[in-house]
Amino acid sequence: MITLNINGKEMSVEVAADTPLLWVLRDNLKLTGTKFGCGMSLCGACTVHMNGQAVRACVTPVSMADKANVVTIEGVAQSPTGRAVQQAWKSLDVVQCGYCQPGQIMSAVALLEGNRSPSDSDIDRAMGGNVCRCGTYVRIRAAIHEAARSLALRAGS
Amino acid sequence: MSRSIVNQSRRRFLQGAAGLTLAIYFPWPLAQGAVGQEQAEAFEPNAFLRIGEDDSVTIVAKHLEMGQGTYTGLATILAEELDADWAQVRVESAPADASRYNNLFWGPAQGTGGSTAIANSWEQLRKAGASARAMLVAAAAAQWKVPADDITVAGGVVSHAGSGRQATFGQLARAAAQQAVPEQVRLKEPGEFRLIGRHIPRKDSDDKVTGKAIFTQDIQLPGMLTAVVAHPPRFGATVKAYDAKPALAVDGVVEVVQIPSGVAVLARDTWSAKRGRDALVVEWNEAAAFNQNSAQLLEHYRELARSPGQVARQEGDSDVALAKAARTLEAEYDFPYLAHSAMEPMNCVVSLTGDGCEAWYGAQSQTYDQTVLAELFDLAPAQVRIHTLYAGGSFGRRASKNADYSLEAAHIVKAIEGRAPVKLVWLREDDMQAGNYRPMFHHRLRAGLDAEGNLVAWQHRLVGQSVLGGSPFASLIKDGIDPASVEGAASLPYRIPNLRVDLHSPEDGMVPVQWWRSVGSSHTAFSTECFLDELAQAAGKDPVTWRLAMLGEHPRHAGVLKLAAEKAGWEQPLPAGKEGERRGRGVAVHESFSSFVAQVAEVTVQSDGRFHVDRVVCAVDCGVAINPDVIRAQVEGGVGFALSAALREAITFTDGKVEQSNLHNYELLRISEMPTVEVHIVASASAPTGIGEPPVPPLAPAVVNALAAATGKRIRRLPIGTQLTS
Repeated sequence: MITLNINGKEMSVEVAADTPLLWVLRDNLKLTGTKFGCGMSLCGACTVHMNGQAVRACVTPVSMADKANVVTIEGVAQSPTGRAVQQAWKSLDVVQCGYCQPGQIMSAVALLEGNRSPSDSDIDRAMGGNVCRCGTYVRIRAAIHEAARSLALRAGS
Repeated sequence: MSRSIVNQSRRRFLQGAAGLTLAIYFPWPLAQGAVGQEQAEAFEPNAFLRIGEDDSVTIVAKHLEMGQGTYTGLATILAEELDADWAQVRVESAPADASRYNNLFWGPAQGTGGSTAIANSWEQLRKAGASARAMLVAAAAAQWKVPADDITVAGGVVSHAGSGRQATFGQLARAAAQQAVPEQVRLKEPGEFRLIGRHIPRKDSDDKVTGKAIFTQDIQLPGMLTAVVAHPPRFGATVKAYDAKPALAVDGVVEVVQIPSGVAVLARDTWSAKRGRDALVVEWNEAAAFNQNSAQLLEHYRELARSPGQVARQEGDSDVALAKAARTLEAEYDFPYLAHSAMEPMNCVVSLTGDGCEAWYGAQSQTYDQTVLAELFDLAPAQVRIHTLYAGGSFGRRASKNADYSLEAAHIVKAIEGRAPVKLVWLREDDMQAGNYRPMFHHRLRAGLDAEGNLVAWQHRLVGQSVLGGSPFASLIKDGIDPASVEGAASLPYRIPNLRVDLHSPEDGMVPVQWWRSVGSSHTAFSTECFLDELAQAAGKDPVTWRLAMLGEHPRHAGVLKLAAEKAGWEQPLPAGKEGERRGRGVAVHESFSSFVAQVAEVTVQSDGRFHVDRVVCAVDCGVAINPDVIRAQVEGGVGFALSAALREAITFTDGKVEQSNLHNYELLRISEMPTVEVHIVASASAPTGIGEPPVPPLAPAVVNALAAATGKRIRRLPIGTQLTS
């Protein structure tokens, strides 16, 4: 039995310790917002936060999440940064097919949590592990800048 | 109720759908096919609209939302004529039912593709909206005892200025349902549009930024098993023997079954199914399997290109004109097989029910898939109830010409005699190696210039597998010419007095091929627009003015070309790069799916040959711009998709085995490589045409022409890869 803290809630699962966190979230806990894309940490669709760090859930054994605080797309709106990023994503209509976007948003939130005013090259580095086959990169970049602006406004007010 | 169609061979259905001539009669009362969310609401004037007493306006989308924004586009068209408030509009997926939801450009078949969703729905949804609006107005006129002509509608509210009376759609819904459906309705003039042409938000953004959007991968049904399949290592190989025991020993694995396409491992969850498949031991019979290398295939294609093919277009006498030309040029272009590589690998959920079969997935060819699944289960097509979900990308893949992934899911359900619903999951490796690729092509072009530098002769020979062959559209192949192989080449718009385009379609290839975003234009735009650029240079002409001089009969090509050039500052020199950098600008223009796109690309090349595409200026003419922001998004995304393929994508073979398996060896574009994209939309009153595919074709030639301008080196083989650095 492994006890997880997901989006602020304790949850217990009976799975092998080496089961990837991705499949525990999706198949055991029915938190399907975190997506499967490659299974090899190459596409970023499965990005979640573990103790504030963006990690690829498809290669993270669930045992590593034991006692860690895990945040998924379903819980990201609990933080002001999460809400700002989701709002920027909506106001710029970033999404196309949308399948990679939970992962993109999780990576963007992790970036902004550590860097309130990222440059284009900061964005390239932080978002380099997230593939969007629809090619929404122009708007992902713009939305991160937009979220940074709205967070700065909030901090200033 | 006739069941005769059930035993009709699939071939006949295919011919019917393809030729668009043989009407297929679906005799079953398809109301029974109504699915889940549909419920009786106060006012259902037609198959595309329901209005509830709570003022909800539900628009039913007959097309798959795979990212292209069609839910938003379709809803905009109907809501415009209805005069609904955009905020009250929600979109829901139509059940699979060709009698109500066929693609009007595909005859009796429901499906999404060829950038037709908006184009075929334009008149249909305008009438659906206008007709419902007229019924709401008639209901108000009757209640208020005022002339209908004095009533106005805006933002979901019906008003009569004279009496000051107002009612919402919801308040009028029940009364509107009692009104006769008008035989004729007046459609708006473009000047009256309040939604079309404006920036309004997408309808799928909320669900997609919160993780609530349900894709096939997310479907969970009671008792459902997840299947992962061991597929043969080469196309054409079959199962010789397998040992299920090691797979069954894996925790969570429930069953192992053989199906025509391999051996399926069924488990209670995805990870167990994957581990089960990893443990499974399969021996394959590969005697008749594909066993060639990519280099051998290319050599074979080059050989074919030395002899004439089937003529797709011929004008004047290009042989004589070439012989007489002051100067001739020749070039060969090579294109690899390409994988669609949607972010969501192919998948499908199938369940056998008491009275038929249900399927949940990002269905793109509902009618065809219904027919194929019905044949397998010996059902009537209408008994195959498809719930079309959001698709995590497609780029042509989900409109599978052999229904490969949905049929595989159905075979697994059949093999377990329908004991449980099954979710088939292709892992990335399955998706990458399953075939249905954009075909490999070899092009050979020759052209002649006269002494004044005019283009007087053009010969274009193409060699590559047919994508329409063996598909529901096979009967579009006429006299050996697959129009999807030569589109963009046979339709070359330039005025050239002597021209020949011919085609070889090798049929001995065992690699399954399929349409890939922009289909034939994904290669023909490259060879034609790159060769044009070389010829312009040889003739000492400016690539834009030279093209324009030959586009007199094609004002929409000329229109986008001029606009892109103007917005890119074509007349001004490109600002220089840093020390050691070379910069270049290139242009291309192409029509596909009746939409016209020109692009100007700017590149910076480092001294070691590495390069970056800095900016792409795009001009598009797709008729009336329903949602300008969705159009811009499709053009931005199309640039990224096309650049990804141009830079690195290729599926290659060694001894018949696909060499690529995941995104480490089939690398997709990442954010650092994305250029700035500017999109300019030509104002147009023409009926709307598609925008999903047309932004793709001009990108690679514009980039490669820019690289030639920067370096002098002409790249004629895609992907570009390391050709500039090595």
